[in-house]
Amino acid sequence: MGRERERERERVSFFRSLRMAPILQSSQPWVEKYRPKQVKDVAHQDEVVRVLTNTLETANCPHMLFYGPPGTGKTTTALAIAHQLFGPELYKSRVLELNASDDRGINVVRTKIKDFAAVAVGSGQRQGGYPCPPYKIIILDEADSMTEDAQNALRRTMETYSKVTRFFFICNYISRIIEPLASRCAKFRFKPLSEEIMTSRILHICKEEGLNLDAEALSTVSTISQGDLRRAITYLQGAARLFGSSITSKDLISVSGVVIPQEVVGALLAACKSGNFDLANKEVNNVIAEGYPVSQMLSQLFEVVVEADDISDEQKARICKRLGEADKCLVDGADEYLQLLDVASNTMRALCNMPQEFSYET
Amino acid sequence: MRNIDIELTTLSSTHHVEMNPSDAGFQDRYVVQEIIKEMAKNRPIDTKGKKRFKVLVLNEVDKLSREAQHSLRRTMEKYSASCRLILCCNSSSKVTEAIRSRCLNIRINAPREDQIVKVLEFIAKKENLQLPAGFAARVAEKSNRSLRRAILSFETCRVQQYPFTINQVISPMDWEEYVSEIVSDIMKEQSPKRLFQVRGKLYELLIKCIPPEILLKRLLHDLLGKLDAELKHEVCHWAAYYEHRMRLGQKAIFHLEAFIAKFMSIYKAFLIATFG
Repeated sequence: MGRERERERERVSFFRSLRMAPILQSSQPWVEKYRPKQVKDVAHQDEVVRVLTNTLETANCPHMLFYGPPGTGKTTTALAIAHQLFGPELYKSRVLELNASDDRGINVVRTKIKDFAAVAVGSGQRQGGYPCPPYKIIILDEADSMTEDAQNALRRTMETYSKVTRFFFICNYISRIIEPLASRCAKFRFKPLSEEIMTSRILHICKEEGLNLDAEALSTVSTISQGDLRRAITYLQGAARLFGSSITSKDLISVSGVVIPQEVVGALLAACKSGNFDLANKEVNNVIAEGYPVSQMLSQLFEVVVEADDISDEQKARICKRLGEADKCLVDGADEYLQLLDVASNTMRALCNMPQEFSYET
Repeated sequence: MRNIDIELTTLSSTHHVEMNPSDAGFQDRYVVQEIIKEMAKNRPIDTKGKKRFKVLVLNEVDKLSREAQHSLRRTMEKYSASCRLILCCNSSSKVTEAIRSRCLNIRINAPREDQIVKVLEFIAKKENLQLPAGFAARVAEKSNRSLRRAILSFETCRVQQYPFTINQVISPMDWEEYVSEIVSDIMKEQSPKRLFQVRGKLYELLIKCIPPEILLKRLLHDLLGKLDAELKHEVCHWAAYYEHRMRLGQKAIFHLEAFIAKFMSIYKAFLIATFG
């Protein structure tokens, strides 16, 4: 009880330090509420946590590059280490956080970042229990959305001011970071969270919020969120708002809206098997009108086709080839209806052993 | 620093602000970075302290560029204490994973035909209109499950002829008739000369601000209604192919024309093979 109060006081003083009025608990999304405040609380990313805990002790740290899928704790880790190194008082003057919501064109790199990086800082002296190492930190969140030019402009800046500045890059796709930048950093991959870790975090939140989840619902949360803890928590909060404190796995699926009911996928496949083009067209129209995301439809169709016993390997290959192409087209922003119709038509031709090539071509 | 002028219409009430950032075209990034961020940053002015956050409604998020969507990510989290976003889009496939994982996704399906019929009946009752049996169902069927379209064509019918008769013609939109004309043109004759004539018609539709992808879909829809089953597969494949290319390219007319030319060649080959 005493520790709880202590922590509450800490939190309040933390918010005061940010010049923010204390926020009413209920209005805050749980994703923010349960964001780990300390590096050691970050789940499942053992190597990173080990290296950073070491950093906290020795106050020595390299440039870092965090990459991995969404919702695995990259931003959380970077913010936590910055807070733990400098504490609330020095944080403002020592940490520059830039993300894609800030303009980060080449001009900003040349002026704002460079100016901040160039400022000298006092020698390391512990203040109020924080290590306060003699350097500043620049966190570049969502660095994969920076242009190549802007990244190039950073190269020399990073080296010149390496005495007084450390850079933390955070991105989803490491391939979008140019090689010269990547090679200057210690790279850490953030893995998607495993089912057990996810379950334990979810259980913790359920306990705090007084929610009731059965075992089936728990495993549903982990499967539909696919290792993305943020998504899991968002679903959980959504379900809690709609359905109250006891949540079943069905509620979660309906809230997530990501899983298309098996009947819909089955109906489309059955229409393809029938060999009737107009029937398939009708089903495709139905899928679009019901608002199911086609990208999800493709992946579920893929699962059904691959696992089906009554489809020959060659047919599967023909279907999957087109599925892959359609997925790429969707990423490029192509129309959902046309792509799904083409997939359906192709699947039909494969299943009914119609010729794949146009037979009248001269 | 250069200055950019962007015009953007917003709609606001005491409870929310609504805007359509993709209107800014390729400069939508600046809208997200400057305007939305600025709005999200400031806490709502409220003397009683009752409202804890304000609400921003963004329409057509799927049309936002990648950069703009990236810019939205951290704004959504950072200022979540003072601002909530409601994002609307036609298809969630085009919204990046990172944004989707930050939102509660709610799928809204189009109304079914019987639901549309109910709404039309309700309107008829309010407007004191006599509705012959089956008329509302026919309007609903033509509406392609779009309620707005159903109500509009219902109103058009009212203007054209009242009292309603059972077999009253529900006229399609002008541009749709025009597309049907194009389709019957290219079914009749497949030649470079005809292609040239069709080009003029396509241009006319484009300058009337009919979006090219909708045009292509309508063309396909009309063609599918007239073709043999084996040709349907081929035509729908090429429609998907050229729509994708259109999205990657700049000028829509090239791809529309390419589709028409492709269709002509397929159809000609088919005619020669079947009838000699």
